[in-house]
Amino acid sequence: MKIKSPKDFWAGVMFIAFGGFAVAWSMTHYQMGTAVRMGPGYFPVMLGGLLVVLGLATLLAALAMDGPPVPQFHFRPLLLISLGCVAYGYLMKPLGLILATVALVFISAFGGHEFKWKEVLILSVILVLFSVLVFVKGLTLPFPICPQFIETCPIR
Amino acid sequence: MEILHNLILGFGVAVSPINLFYCLIGCLLGTLIGVLPGIGPVATIAMLLPITFNLNPTSALIMLSGIYYGAQYGGSTTAILVNIPGESSSVVTCLDGYQMARQGRAGPALAIAAIGSFFAGCAATLLIAFAAPPLAEVALKFGPAEYFSLMVLGLVAATVLAHGSLIKAIAMVILGLLLGIAGTDVNSGVLRFTFDIPELSDGIGFVVVAMGMFGTAEIIANLEMKEKREIFTATLKTLFPTKQDWKRSWQPILRGTALGSFLGILPGGGALLASFGAYTLEKKISKYSHEFGKGAIEGVAGPESANNAGAQTSFIPMLTLGIPGNAVMALMIGALMIQGIAPGPQVMNEKPELFWGLIASMWVGNLMLVVLNLPLIGMWIKLLSVPYRYLYPSILVFMAIGVYSLSNNAFDVLIMAVFGILGYLCVKLECEPAPMILGFILGPLMEENLRRAMLLSRGDPFVFVTKPISAGFIFASVILLIIVALPNIRKKRDEAFAAEET
Repeated sequence: MKIKSPKDFWAGVMFIAFGGFAVAWSMTHYQMGTAVRMGPGYFPVMLGGLLVVLGLATLLAALAMDGPPVPQFHFRPLLLISLGCVAYGYLMKPLGLILATVALVFISAFGGHEFKWKEVLILSVILVLFSVLVFVKGLTLPFPICPQFIETCPIR
Repeated sequence: MEILHNLILGFGVAVSPINLFYCLIGCLLGTLIGVLPGIGPVATIAMLLPITFNLNPTSALIMLSGIYYGAQYGGSTTAILVNIPGESSSVVTCLDGYQMARQGRAGPALAIAAIGSFFAGCAATLLIAFAAPPLAEVALKFGPAEYFSLMVLGLVAATVLAHGSLIKAIAMVILGLLLGIAGTDVNSGVLRFTFDIPELSDGIGFVVVAMGMFGTAEIIANLEMKEKREIFTATLKTLFPTKQDWKRSWQPILRGTALGSFLGILPGGGALLASFGAYTLEKKISKYSHEFGKGAIEGVAGPESANNAGAQTSFIPMLTLGIPGNAVMALMIGALMIQGIAPGPQVMNEKPELFWGLIASMWVGNLMLVVLNLPLIGMWIKLLSVPYRYLYPSILVFMAIGVYSLSNNAFDVLIMAVFGILGYLCVKLECEPAPMILGFILGPLMEENLRRAMLLSRGDPFVFVTKPISAGFIFASVILLIIVALPNIRKKRDEAFAAEET
């Protein structure tokens, strides 16, 4: 057996994994019910089954017909961009909007091709100012601006 | 004369200072993100969605829709001047628009694109005003079986839109449906696929998924490529098209408008499908077809009119049936729901000022865009020279703020990142995210209507083909699938998408 079309092969694997999981999990955890009175498990099992079938079709076709290879994964932007977003979310409550924004800008800037300290610093200052003025002051979103541990924050 | 009465009501709403202001903001923002490649109307509207909570519903919708059709104007500017589609629907404009720019005719190309779009916008506005009320009337008679079949048709149409393998596109739709039903099951109260995470009990937020799949995934994919942009600016001598240009353009504008309006109404349709369709049509019937790809003005006039018409008529299924034809319309429905308005055929009767105000604002917005766009082209071009390394952290900050503010919860941002990774994987495996998003939105609606229909028919699955309207939708879906699967059409479809990649 030779994988002739890796892109489709792995897409098939992905669909089978999602579909198979949906079927297995729903069958074991939720009631199926009948066609007249569908239980919470009915629709997901149907969809999961269909997804497995389509995944299999994609996978089998990938063994029979030639296709393009999977392009290389670039893990640097993938990891840093994702990490930057997550950091922003989880830093917001303890450290406030200013530091969370700075963290997001710096981490994501590391994911790019060029990283110049000065540029990134200026960019984060601009974005912090913009966020505070437009979103917190202008649109009154209830974000903490300063870190929690600083009790007397100059900007509220 | 009810239409006239309604339009007068609509214009009264649309030209009130506050709505004019939000319309202007929407159009400017739309043009801005249309000009900038790498950020589209979906991500922008998703970002602004939480903010619209503070506005009144009419202003919110006027602004958000301005972003969508404004993006169609902006996208053509980048396509013509830089040969990069600023917006996916202006992909085909690159082919001839950029060639015209190289021949020193960027001005006429931009002007014809704007004028064609304006004409299409006016025509589509009228079409919505005339077609929506009777459609809504029909829709009020729809039962669960009809709604289910209509959604099937919409999802099938969405797969036609996707590139590459049809099977993969259908699989993505199913994956979307599955993800969409996560959360509390409305019928039984059972928590499905929540894995004891309390934040998931309301399901995964649509905005979060859209931002991940279209926003972060896109940025990650863009960062792989080295930055390379040359801007063609030296040739903006005259904006005015010659007599010859007019003569060659007016028919393509009319045809593009008609075709675009039609394709926009189809579920799964919208601006993208419309512009591809119009380009193919013009190439086929023009007597200058040998000039296509070398700077034929028809290749700009047709698709640019079509994408604007399609962008606007795609509001019809959303406004009359409450069913989103594409991701942008799904966000519009989200905006309505944030305001506590249940989308559907009843909106027109219960909120006439919202419905007609929105329609009238489209015409007002189109006028603004023509007046603003041509003089402001210089400014838009300058924006293009902002390097991506400043742009993407800014986009990320706005997305993160938008997602975080949905429920002031870090978990949403985490989910966005997860969908960003899934979206990146999908890019690599050539699985289109657009059908998935559509499935995601329709998932709960479909399950609900399927359950009701089966309950009413006592478990007889043939109810979908014995009721005439429902049978019509199912029949259309089958025909559509067969047509796309046919080898001949497949080849055409592949060619159309191949053109996009070059």
